[in-house]
Amino acid sequence: MSKKTDSNVYTIIFAIAMVIVVGGLLAFTASALRPRIDNNERLEKQQNILYAMGVNANDESSAVFVSTAEAPELFSKYISKQLVIQGDKVSEDENAYLIDVKKEQASAKAGNQRRLPLFVGEKDGKTFYIAPIRGKGLWDAIWAYIAMDKDMVVQGAYFDHKGETAGLGANIKQRYFMDDFIGESLMNSGEFKGITVAKGNNDPKNENKGDNKVDAIAGATITGDGVSAMLKSELKQYVPYFENLKNN
Amino acid sequence: MGLLSKKDAALIKDPLADNNPITIQVLGICSALAITAELEAAIVMSVSVLFVLGIGNVVISLMRNIIPSKIRIIVQLIVVAALVIIVDQVLKAFAYELSKTLSVFVGLIITNCIIMGRFEAFALANGPWRSFLDGIGNSLGYGVILIIVAFFRELLGAGTLLGFKVLGDPIEKTGVYAFGYENNGFMLLAPMALIVVGIIIWIQRSRNTALVEDH
Repeated sequence: MSKKTDSNVYTIIFAIAMVIVVGGLLAFTASALRPRIDNNERLEKQQNILYAMGVNANDESSAVFVSTAEAPELFSKYISKQLVIQGDKVSEDENAYLIDVKKEQASAKAGNQRRLPLFVGEKDGKTFYIAPIRGKGLWDAIWAYIAMDKDMVVQGAYFDHKGETAGLGANIKQRYFMDDFIGESLMNSGEFKGITVAKGNNDPKNENKGDNKVDAIAGATITGDGVSAMLKSELKQYVPYFENLKNN
Repeated sequence: MGLLSKKDAALIKDPLADNNPITIQVLGICSALAITAELEAAIVMSVSVLFVLGIGNVVISLMRNIIPSKIRIIVQLIVVAALVIIVDQVLKAFAYELSKTLSVFVGLIITNCIIMGRFEAFALANGPWRSFLDGIGNSLGYGVILIIVAFFRELLGAGTLLGFKVLGDPIEKTGVYAFGYENNGFMLLAPMALIVVGIIIWIQRSRNTALVEDH
């Protein structure tokens, strides 16, 4: 007995119809929701930048952003300047926070000069320089917003990831990891060293701030190495700007 | 259960015990070891699978008479992938925080063999209501094991449950750590998930020897 659904013609027609229906449905959903999703991503960037400079709603142990409703207002209140560094040129751009770091990395690889966004924030009389950076973890992209003072000492950090292992690498966005970076210097006796996520640091409370090291997360070696590599290669590009800052 | 007939109730109850998708059918092992390092992730994954399998089973069941048998696996794959992507997009637009927690699981849900397994074994041959119950039953059975495994892994590996330090602080040496207890970091690594699942299988089969296969 052969059913009508076994014929080749039926199979092909079904396949074509299915592709059109499902493709159309997905395209419609994606384009209908695009503006809302873009807006959410924009607010998230503002929340991330504010988080790094210490404008957040943290409770005792977990990382909490300022609410999305407040974010735009707080962003314009605390972020005094948004800079774009391109070689020796430094210009202001009020939409610098929308620069896609991933695209800039790709264009730098293609031989173009990379645009480096840097946000200058003022809070309680202190000046923060916040850099958005991006690198690779174990499974997928990792990124961070690092707030520094003029001597490149970390004042705050926010890490995030696309698909690191839950319970292991994903813990880079936990307070106990991010807070360890506060007070660590990226420089060591005048030279750029970065900060290494180190195993066997034997400094679990992270009281030694002069060693360019923070304690690693057990079971997340490759994610940790990714964080070290990202900090080193990305923040190094900001060194000329900070040297200029000191000389002027 | 007055609401369901005996046969329908069995669709929910069987996968929870004697026909569990993980411990008896040994499906969904990949996600069982990938996301059971902490309890919260396991709960999120269980709820996601409950949702996708419940709805997916109904969709496949409604389409069962028009799906060409030659390409049925591809059709099933497209249905589950489309479903997951649409849900992901909707969450990104309306519940952004939640979508960020879930984004890690999207790939794991699409490739979860329990989902394809239930489409193929049940939804293609049964009506939508029974398929829905089957989907709910199997994802509950899956979730129960996930949560048990994650409970032990997070407790013994990190000394926490849902992020709360239930055993005290390992750095400040409070709670049980004051007596020299140490977390077993090995519990956080993937192989230990298999060992925990193995122990569950062992306990289950020694309690009900009818489940032991003859070879």
